[in-house]
Amino acid sequence: MGALLEIHGLEVVKGGRRILAVDHLEVAEGEVLGLVGPNGAGKTTLLMVMAGLEPAFRGRISVGGRPLDRRRLLAHRRTLGVVFQDTQVLDTTVLANVAAPLRYRGVPKAEARRRAQVWLERVGIGHLAGEPARVLSGGERQRLALARALVTEPQILLLDEPFSSLDAPARGRLMADLRQLLEALGITAVLVSHDFTEVLLLARRVVVLMGGEIRQVGEAGEVFRRPADAGVARLVGVENIWPAEVVAGPGGLRARVNGVELKIPGGHPPGPVQVGLRPEAVLLAPDGPAPAGRDGSGAEDRSGSWFEGKVRTVVPSGPLVRVELDEPLPLSALVPPVSAVGLEPGDTVRVFIPSESLHVFDYSPGT
Amino acid sequence: MRLDREVLAVSGLTLRVSGLATALALAAGLVTGAALALGRFPGRRFLQSLINAGMGLPPVVVGLGVSLLLWRSGPLGWLHLMYTPAAMVVAQFIIAYPVMAGLSAAALQQVGPSFRLQVEAMGASRVQLLGAMLWEARYGVLGAVIASFGSVISEVGASMMVGGNVVGQTRVLTTAIVLEVNRGRFDTAIALSLILLGLTYGATGVLTVLQQRGRGGA
Repeated sequence: MGALLEIHGLEVVKGGRRILAVDHLEVAEGEVLGLVGPNGAGKTTLLMVMAGLEPAFRGRISVGGRPLDRRRLLAHRRTLGVVFQDTQVLDTTVLANVAAPLRYRGVPKAEARRRAQVWLERVGIGHLAGEPARVLSGGERQRLALARALVTEPQILLLDEPFSSLDAPARGRLMADLRQLLEALGITAVLVSHDFTEVLLLARRVVVLMGGEIRQVGEAGEVFRRPADAGVARLVGVENIWPAEVVAGPGGLRARVNGVELKIPGGHPPGPVQVGLRPEAVLLAPDGPAPAGRDGSGAEDRSGSWFEGKVRTVVPSGPLVRVELDEPLPLSALVPPVSAVGLEPGDTVRVFIPSESLHVFDYSPGT
Repeated sequence: MRLDREVLAVSGLTLRVSGLATALALAAGLVTGAALALGRFPGRRFLQSLINAGMGLPPVVVGLGVSLLLWRSGPLGWLHLMYTPAAMVVAQFIIAYPVMAGLSAAALQQVGPSFRLQVEAMGASRVQLLGAMLWEARYGVLGAVIASFGSVISEVGASMMVGGNVVGQTRVLTTAIVLEVNRGRFDTAIALSLILLGLTYGATGVLTVLQQRGRGGA
């Protein structure tokens, strides 16, 4: 499928500071593109530019091959649907809110209301049509926003953190319904989120923005499994990131972190690197002495490295337990409760780090 | 003063002059308020400061200014409006307009930028956006109407100077009260004051009901 939205040489400067610089980005027709990044990465600014709500940009944007002209922003906006994190509603009924974008486009009132009702039913709040919009719960309000964005049958649906103001149950329900809706409609959509798991569930392709620049573009699973650098890794849940030194040894390559040598996959020349590890990849073993290493600091088997660590904190985290270690290296581990039974701050625990779980990145200060 | 037809005529003229001045101030004040709240143009802050200062404009100063303009030898003397209800409407409009513009600008500025962004994202044109924002700010705008009407129905200085308190022509309740006090007829002055208070309460009461109905229901 061809690109529905294309961006070339985009730059947004505010207060003398460049807050966004995107060389090239395409959104293919029918795809759901995830736009992820930490707070302040420029993702909302990029979405606002796409939406025709941020006219102060340099560069070229086109939708369906038609360039976005700053004098035709209204016409551009009328081809899109936007859902914001903090949905604002008109001080009227739910039905009139959803009918409003159609009314703005000159659709007669009766027809606008009929179509609005259809969309309210589709997003599951048809029974609230006559209610004042301002009394809706957070989840209902986001459903209203979704119906209001879709009622005009837009070319592209832009979603700016649509779940972040919701509690966990409402978020889960809306996410599932949105996924179903996007699949059923086959609509082109751009989803902005700081939460990679949301994007993983809804988008097939992901763009990672950091510091106003694109750091990685790829299939969502690929970005999750193989983040391009330490910054992206942190965003996709690789919480443990240490500066390290790659050293060659008789059994293969190792990364030396705080004096602990961790076996790593091949392909990295000796020198300074950063090593990352997801907390859920760490294994904690029951009490007992760790197998002795060559230098006494740790041990290896073919698939990873063992060492002894000192527990700093043990706290429940959903169905798992988060165990933080501070010696010999700062480490977060998410383990099943059975692995943390009896563990207390100050205890010594055996730690296993599978080598295939380690991400090795080129050394880059500040990431 | 006969408390029948004359009182009715004075009360009617009071409502007509102040009502018309308020209506004109509403139209002009909304345009100015919208420009101040939503526009970006050179001199916007200076205009805002003028409007703010104008909200405290003394009616006698307005009366003097309008008199100088409409006086037979003044620049607008050829209109022959001096000592007519039209002159009183002009003077009261000048008093009400900054109140209306300043308070409606404040009401529109209370509507957050995220609401504006949302309505724009829904595909609203500039006029449609302004309509949505005025609806959103309608309680504040009604408050501005109440304040404007209150400021003109109660003023006496400007009406006295440009209207002249001519019986049967330009006498309104405030100027009649002053006259009755000067004559030492305090009982009549008190009765007229009660009528003025009643009219003010009635007129602003209707606006207050409109303003609070939406608030209470929300």
